[in-house]
This record gives sequence, structure tokens and C-alpha cells, in this order.
Amino acid sequence: MNVSFNPHFECDFNALGDTLNNPAAHCVGFPSLASSSPASRSTLSSPLTLTLACRSVFQLFYSFFKSLVGKDVVVELKNDLSICGTLHSVDQYLNIKLTDISVTDPEKYPHMLSVKNCFIRGSVVRYVQLPADEVDTQLLQDAARKEAIQQKQ
Amino acid sequence: MNYVPGTASLIDDIDKKHLVLLRDGRTLIGYLRSIDQFANLVFHQTVERIHVGKKFGDIPRGIFIVRGENVVLLGEIDVDKPCDTVLQQVSIEEILEEQRLQQQAKQETEKVKMQVLKDRGLSIPKADNLDEY
Repeated sequence: MNVSFNPHFECDFNALGDTLNNPAAHCVGFPSLASSSPASRSTLSSPLTLTLACRSVFQLFYSFFKSLVGKDVVVELKNDLSICGTLHSVDQYLNIKLTDISVTDPEKYPHMLSVKNCFIRGSVVRYVQLPADEVDTQLLQDAARKEAIQQKQ
Repeated sequence: MNYVPGTASLIDDIDKKHLVLLRDGRTLIGYLRSIDQFANLVFHQTVERIHVGKKFGDIPRGIFIVRGENVVLLGEIDVDKPCDTVLQQVSIEEILEEQRLQQQAKQETEKVKMQVLKDRGLSIPKADNLDEY
């Protein structure tokens, strides 16, 4: 099943697995992977690692947010609107879907009264405020360090 | 925005009544008919809702195609949830007049602020076109 064509990296994702965590990624037109030596290619054997190497920094935060699905977050937008809600889902562009939302700051935005669920475009997010106890900073640091090393290669 | 389960997709929001907030501050309400991977939206029976204080006014706009980059937020309108309790609907002319006055007042304060900042050698860039890409 052809899933999505990412215009930025020209990667074609064929989701052979039924879960999101094990998509098989076939990269077209990504020079560093195509010309990689057999030695380095053997380290990219698992589908998830291949996905990570192909999408690098984007994938890191996408995975991070996926691990936070179901938690309560506050999203502050670039237009200074702050929305509190439960993280329902996130996508590769870091677009966020929140359920059960409420505008945290004084409600000078009355038009949101009858809205329970919303979709927020990734490009307009300024901050995503997370509860401190939900985030494993050690894990995040290690993952970021791995990404930085892979980027250098 | 793809068909992999668990990701944020607008597919389930099609044909439902939605409210979209645009980058220029406008609010559009209508039935979402079509989407794509850039969050470009096609709205049907669109109404532009203008809010000034506790009053609001609706201007019927027909069919709208919104370019994805201008979308801030898209929210599904719950028809069951009571919403107009604090808000008072007024006629189009009245709300446009209120909006004009509000814009005028805002521009005045903005001008004064800019002048004060300029006197101190500072300038704050406007937020809405910070990252054109």
C-alpha cells in the first residue's frame, strides 16, 4: 500500500507492516543512502533505523510526539493563542490534533466556544508545553545524540 | 497527512462543519469538502464570522479554497454544544462598523508604540510573516 510521497526528501513509504512502528521505507533519490558502502548499510538493516536515517531530524520529534499521544499539553501558537487539550495524533509535519480543547488564557478568542477538537498546522506552533513528568529527558538526549552522529556520517 | 493509522489526518473531518482560523486573523465557518497534504482546504457554504467584543456578524461567502500556509487552526464545530450564550449576533453593517473602529483604535496604539520604540532605537518584527518559506 503506497502511503505517502514526501516532497522534501523524495521518499516513498510502503507500509507493508500494519502498525505505524514498522513501516518499510524505500528511498528514491537520496544520495547518501544509495551510495553507502555495504559495511555501513548493514547497520541500517532494521526498517525503523532506515526510516530514521532517511528522515533524520524530522523523524526524531515525530516519534517523540507519538510517544506523548494521550497526554495533556498546551500548545502556544505564533498568533499568541494558547490552547490546552489532549494530544490525539501528530503527523510528519508535526501538525497536531487535539481533543477536548479549551483556550487557556483569558478568553479573548470567543469563536472557539463550540469547538471540541481541532487540527493545528505544524508551521504555526510556537511552543508545545508538556508536563515535566511525562518526558524522559535522558532518552531524548540519547536519541538526539544518535541523530547528530548519524547526520555527520 | 497520510493514510497510516494513528497519524493526524483530516480525512475524518470531511463533510463536517468546521471553523478555520487564518493567519490574517479571519475566521471562516463552513463545511469541509476537500483536503490535501499541504492542508489546502475547500470549504462549502462558507461564512466569514467577524468578532468585535461580545458581538459577532456573519457574512456569507460561498465556496472558499484556502491555501494551506494560511491556516492556523481548524476546529470541528459541535452542533450540540450551546455556544451563542454570551455572544450577540448583529447585522453585517453594524459589525463591519465595529470592526473598523476597533482597527482604528489598534492602529493608533500601534503607532504610538512604534514611535516609542523607535525613539529608543528598537524595532519588533511583525509575527505573521516571520517565516515565509
